[in-house]
Amino acid sequence: MSVLVVVECDKGEVKKSSLEVASYGAQVAQMLGTTATAVAVGEASEANLATLGEQGITKVLFDAEPRLKDFVNGAYTKLIAAATEQEQAKVIVLANSNIGAAVGSRLAIRLKASLATNVVELPKANGSSFTVKRGAFSGKAFADVVLSGERKIIAVKKNSIEALHNAGQTAQVQAFSASLSDADFADAPKQVVMQDQAGGILLPEADKVVSGGRGMKGPENWHLIEDLAKALGAATACSKPVSDVDWRPHHEHVGQTGITVSPNLYIACGISGAIQHLAGVNSSKVIVVINKDPEAPFFKAADYGIVGDVFDVLPKLTQAVKELG
Amino acid sequence: MKFLVCISNVPDTTTKITFTPDNKEFNKAGVQFVINPWDEYALTRAIELKEAQGSGTVTVLNVGEADTEPNIRKALAIGADDAIRVNAAPKDAYFVAQQIAHYAKEGGYDVILMGKESIDYNGFQVHGMVGELLGIPTVAPAMKLDMNGNTATLEREIEGGKEIVEVNAPFVASCQQPMCEPRIPNMRGIMTARTKPLKVVDAVGEGAATEVAEYQLPPKKQGVKLIPAEQAGELIKLLRNEAKVI
Ligand SMILES: Cc1cc2nc3c(=O)[nH]c(=O)nc-3n(C[C@H](O)[C@H](O)[C@H](O)COP(=O)(O)OP(=O)(O)OC[C@H]3O[C@@H](n4cnc5c(N)ncnc54)[C@H](O)[C@@H]3O)c2cc1C
Ligand SMILES: Cc1cc2nc3c(=O)[nH]c(=O)nc-3n(C[C@H](O)[C@H](O)[C@H](O)COP(=O)(O)OP(=O)(O)OC[C@H]3O[C@@H](n4cnc5c(N)ncnc54)[C@H](O)[C@@H]3O)c2cc1C
Repeated sequence: MSVLVVVECDKGEVKKSSLEVASYGAQVAQMLGTTATAVAVGEASEANLATLGEQGITKVLFDAEPRLKDFVNGAYTKLIAAATEQEQAKVIVLANSNIGAAVGSRLAIRLKASLATNVVELPKANGSSFTVKRGAFSGKAFADVVLSGERKIIAVKKNSIEALHNAGQTAQVQAFSASLSDADFADAPKQVVMQDQAGGILLPEADKVVSGGRGMKGPENWHLIEDLAKALGAATACSKPVSDVDWRPHHEHVGQTGITVSPNLYIACGISGAIQHLAGVNSSKVIVVINKDPEAPFFKAADYGIVGDVFDVLPKLTQAVKELG
Repeated sequence: MKFLVCISNVPDTTTKITFTPDNKEFNKAGVQFVINPWDEYALTRAIELKEAQGSGTVTVLNVGEADTEPNIRKALAIGADDAIRVNAAPKDAYFVAQQIAHYAKEGGYDVILMGKESIDYNGFQVHGMVGELLGIPTVAPAMKLDMNGNTATLEREIEGGKEIVEVNAPFVASCQQPMCEPRIPNMRGIMTARTKPLKVVDAVGEGAATEVAEYQLPPKKQGVKLIPAEQAGELIKLLRNEAKVI
């Protein structure tokens, strides 16, 4: 019995969320007195996979099939199922990403496993069952869920687990083949279009986010958000009305009906803090609110706040970050 | 084409979440339930595609007890032709997926549309499970869906971008914006919805694969620390030295 972790790679690098997933899997393996094996998906490089040793991974299975570079649900599911059988894995850990959760739900049926998505903590074992804490009601609550199946699949929410860094440890990378055929690539993309992200930081992966609302008055003022984001190494985001009127692209919209983010730092500029907006950001570690209205509801959910005009405050913040060096 | 749209009945987005005293169940008292916002995209898109094709049917399916019927009727008022309610409390995603897969197969639907996720339980998993149970592709989450004959072209969102995917019916897709502008019921729709068929059927298959032991509310925030606007730069120092996040 071992623990299998699924690591997503992009342009040869292991994604940050997958370093967290690997660390989660390694800690579960330790708890169960076994080792953690990783299986790589996406555009992986063998050299980078070996560094997963730092996250406590012993062995990495790598299928060099070039069509695995892009997300293909059918092929990924078959690959991970084959790795599960080879490793006799009882626990599978993946990222709660669009890829991880989509594959996890197919695997739950194929492997007759109990699945929990959106998991925020390490499990507590009780005999052969696990209790895991997961986010529910769009960040407004948590649920302790009991997984009692013989096989368990856990999809870990980004930024909820600290990645381990045991310097110098390396994982052994092993060639692996799931004997994938054309039929497994039925949902292969005809085309992949990546966003042109400000500063190259993807919002779902970002650990700092600067976000703007209607208080920014118009798209022509977004350089104030972008300048601060750039100085901090943060991604940019926005409220729903801002993307509804096309001031910003839809993929930047956070909230209950947008994407959920849980960065270490979320800076809200000219956003009132409606309950549907908070649902997408309230698991951020530190929330900063800049709003000219002292009664704005967002201040109740904030750790730090400035009552002031964004057009005056944002340039000062950017300047102060630059001065930090 | 026969479209099946699966709708989940969820607390309104403004609901303050509370639990029963033993923390084992969501406290429904006084809560307004709505059609899961993502599912409205699935429903409207199915109706649009049916209209564009000039023939076909849109059936809505909900796994829920009798109290979900007002929202099923609302879906009929928006433009679905008929409805199925699987008469059972939706215990977990696996339980729900088995019901959908069973009745989808029985009815011979070509396209099964769902929302990206249910905003109560945030599972993002029923669509994948249904696809696997039926042995057909699932495209999740889809931002765009067009049909040409039996072939669908979809935009699937991935972290940081999108994939253009082509699949043949039958398939499952989970929908999200900006797929369409969700419709709201008009007077005529509300009148005709009353007489559209709503079939109540029994649950099938196995029980749930998971169980909730306890719900918890997030810890309360300490309260906001305000920095005067004139000393905005101080905030950055606090973020570095006190909060240690930059
Ligand atoms: C079903 C449903 C789902 C929804 N989902 C989402 C969602 O996912 N995400 C989301 O964001 N919203 C969502 N909403 C919308 C939500 O209810 C709010 O309407 C929205 O979040 C408000 O956006 P805002 O804060 O940018 O704008 P507003 O509420 O208009 O707030 C603007 C704020 O800017 C401040 N301001 C103005 N000028 C300045 C200035 N010069 N300097 C500083 N501050 C200034 C004002 O004081 C105000 O607080 C949803 C609504 C519904 C009904
Ligand atoms: C107050 C309340 C408490 C609940 N508590 C729990 C709980 O403790 N554990 C639990 O597992 N579930 C619970 N549910 C049920 C939940 O609403 C779902 O029906 C089911 O569990 C699937 O949830 P999910 O988040 O995994 O769905 P997702 O995978 O996120 O849903 C994706 C899509 O599947 C479809 N779908 C989901 N549910 C249904 C449904 N019932 N009928 C038809 N289509 C559907 C919709 O199109 C939805 O957009 C609760 C529901 C309510 C109203």
